[in-house]
Amino acid sequence: MAEDNKEPRIGVFVCHCGTNIAGSIDVTAVKDYAQTLPGVTIADEYQYMCSTPGQSKIKAAIADYDLTGVVVAACSPRLHEPTFRVATQEGGLNPFRFEMANIREQNAWVHMHDRKAATDKAKDQVRIAVAKARLLEDLIPKSVPVEKAALVVGAGIGGIQASLDLGSAGIPVTLVERWPTVGGRMSQLDKTFPTLDCSQCILTPKMVDVGRHPMIDLKTYTEVESVEGYIGNFDVTLRRRARGVLTPEEAEARGIVGGGCNGCGDCEEVCPVIKSNEFEMGMAPRKAIYIFHAQVMPLLYTIDFDSCVKCGLCIEACGPDKRAIDLDMVDTFETVKVGTIILATGYDLIPIEGKREWGYKQFDNVITGLEFERLICASGPTVGHLIRPSDGATPMKVAFVLCAGSRDNSGGVAKPYCSRFCCMYSLKHAHQIMEKIPGAVPYLFYMDIRAFGKGYEEFYYRVQDEGAKFIRGRVSNIQEDVQTKNLHVFAEDTLLGRPVDLECDMVVLAAAIQPKADADSLRQMFGISKSQDGWYLEAHPKLNPCGTTTAGIFLAGVCQGPKDVPDTVAQAEGAASAASIPIHMGQVDLEPYFAVCIEEKCAGCGMCTNLCPFGALDLVDREDGTGNGKVMRVTEAKCKGCGTCGGFCPGGAIKMQHFTSEQIVGQIDAFLLEGEQ
Amino acid sequence: MADGEFKPKIMAIICNWCSYAGADLAGGGRVQYPPDVRAIRVMCTGRVDPLFIMKAFQDGADGVLISGCHFGDCHYLEGNFKCAKRMFLVKTLLKSIGLDDRRLRMTFVSASEGAKWGQVMEDVVNTIKELGPSPLKEFEK
Repeated sequence: MAEDNKEPRIGVFVCHCGTNIAGSIDVTAVKDYAQTLPGVTIADEYQYMCSTPGQSKIKAAIADYDLTGVVVAACSPRLHEPTFRVATQEGGLNPFRFEMANIREQNAWVHMHDRKAATDKAKDQVRIAVAKARLLEDLIPKSVPVEKAALVVGAGIGGIQASLDLGSAGIPVTLVERWPTVGGRMSQLDKTFPTLDCSQCILTPKMVDVGRHPMIDLKTYTEVESVEGYIGNFDVTLRRRARGVLTPEEAEARGIVGGGCNGCGDCEEVCPVIKSNEFEMGMAPRKAIYIFHAQVMPLLYTIDFDSCVKCGLCIEACGPDKRAIDLDMVDTFETVKVGTIILATGYDLIPIEGKREWGYKQFDNVITGLEFERLICASGPTVGHLIRPSDGATPMKVAFVLCAGSRDNSGGVAKPYCSRFCCMYSLKHAHQIMEKIPGAVPYLFYMDIRAFGKGYEEFYYRVQDEGAKFIRGRVSNIQEDVQTKNLHVFAEDTLLGRPVDLECDMVVLAAAIQPKADADSLRQMFGISKSQDGWYLEAHPKLNPCGTTTAGIFLAGVCQGPKDVPDTVAQAEGAASAASIPIHMGQVDLEPYFAVCIEEKCAGCGMCTNLCPFGALDLVDREDGTGNGKVMRVTEAKCKGCGTCGGFCPGGAIKMQHFTSEQIVGQIDAFLLEGEQ
Repeated sequence: MADGEFKPKIMAIICNWCSYAGADLAGGGRVQYPPDVRAIRVMCTGRVDPLFIMKAFQDGADGVLISGCHFGDCHYLEGNFKCAKRMFLVKTLLKSIGLDDRRLRMTFVSASEGAKWGQVMEDVVNTIKELGPSPLKEFEK
């Protein structure tokens, strides 16, 4: 182990990364330059430093040259810092005596056509890294216990699957859902492609499982109010919205034995308030006291207090035995302590009426794909009879507009990305029309048919064979015949090079999807990032698609990006596995980048205590026996190592471990003074 | 100044979670930008002590860039706010010693904004090239 007072002896290792680095940078020149830097004992180069022989070089050099620090000039520390820290440790040094110079992502790849400038920059980067390495110190990561519990936000198919997996692995799960029932978007779908399974039939067993699983505490009609803490120790405050109806357990707690809601629906019958049912996309009514559909989980009525007139008829109908209704109920708050969190918050359709050329909400017979799902569904508002909204007639010619707002760079409500499942559900819709309405013809206006999944291409062929018409071209405009309410769909058939004017009975827009309206505020509550398109940002698009940059928080389903049911379920299982790892380990190491108070410099002014967003700093009485004045004290478990206190301390009394002022100033001097101090 | 083109020395201090990741993404996407900026990584822009910036100018930097997360996106809730507030102080200081305050810039580049990072690099380098070498360099001589 290196001693703190030893003269720095740094080893520098420059990586070729095949030709990734060596293609733009003269690696040998950088190595030779490194050898001349003060404090550098050995400089070397290698094809792939991250390979086993590359790491062996580091380990051998630590022993052979009695190194005090290691610098690897290669890719981003966000990629391989953990790798090389382990190598440094295996070589016998403290792992925090390692520093990386990012000469790939932030050099070779961005200055590909200026070898001299890139090589000069790499020399500077190595010099800056060596300056820091000279001043690195031994640090010991802090180990914190992990609460054996998880939180899952959103009870669509993603959240349900993740909760079932975690619960079955023996981890207590709190599953939070904003709607009064679990099920999410999948419960609104009629059939699933390409197998044509009834969506409800394959989903409801899982909905029932999640409701009765002994390890899952299901909280519907509940939202996340605030989040505090860090991996292993999150305190999440939940708002249980007042639903005005008592569960049998809640009734019992109030001394109403055998009472509470049993889902009989007597209250709904007498309720005089009629609203539109959001589950049926507004195409069916509901009362102010309601359930979305017959298969809700939990089977528990909910009062929409924004609409309720508090007439009390429901209380009468519920009767003196159950006494399930409480019109004075208010929102309640509770805090759950969990070790890890999975977000599975889903998506919305874009407001497709913003594409005015397609006439949604202007013309009665232009509907969205999700509305089509409800209209064709046997448990939907029309009991599965597809009808035209304008006159209730059965449509015989139906046009489908694919990429409705997807893959569209025109701005406004349109999205540049592919929404991924619209091609397939439109094929399914086409199939369903032909199956249910003999003689009906679907016309699909498409750009490309993306049938990428297992069995999808085969399904595409099947729908073609069944007689669906495919027209390759974007729909430019839709006009309504005011008398017949038929629609004229205008497009260019780009395969025939001819303009198309198709008169049809109904148009279904395969509307693009977008993150939930409050995705941003929820994301900021959990401290995670978003992609440019607004979906939650995964830790790595390929190698860590379920994780986020905030340790302990994981993603499942469409909230991370458009995906269909199988992909959502797969990611949910991945997220559940990832979220269970810290819990099963029982403890996690936090990077030891804590603030440390240098007591002899601390004036006890207390500025830092106000700056810390985590309440990690306090002023306490000095314990040096003099009894005069205060001194700052750090609670390490609360400190996240941002350094906001250290950036401001007027006395320079706060040392930010691994990012000390001496180290940073050393880097600045190394860059600008080129070694002359 | 040596003969030929002015090659500015620009120091950047960038946060680990957003701008450093954004710069990495620019690399992955092979976004090409001028090679005049050297970045120092900190966990959060909240760590940036105004003295770091003054030290850089004292050492002869032609420009300094601080780049962090967008407001509301800070991994540590509000470090970037705290840093942004300090920038006003430092800019005032720079003006009082006769430096053009455009030599110091704070930007907000998220982990998904690789192209924007390239844009920031272009902008910063162009600005500093327009302003020319730091007058403090002449003063030192």
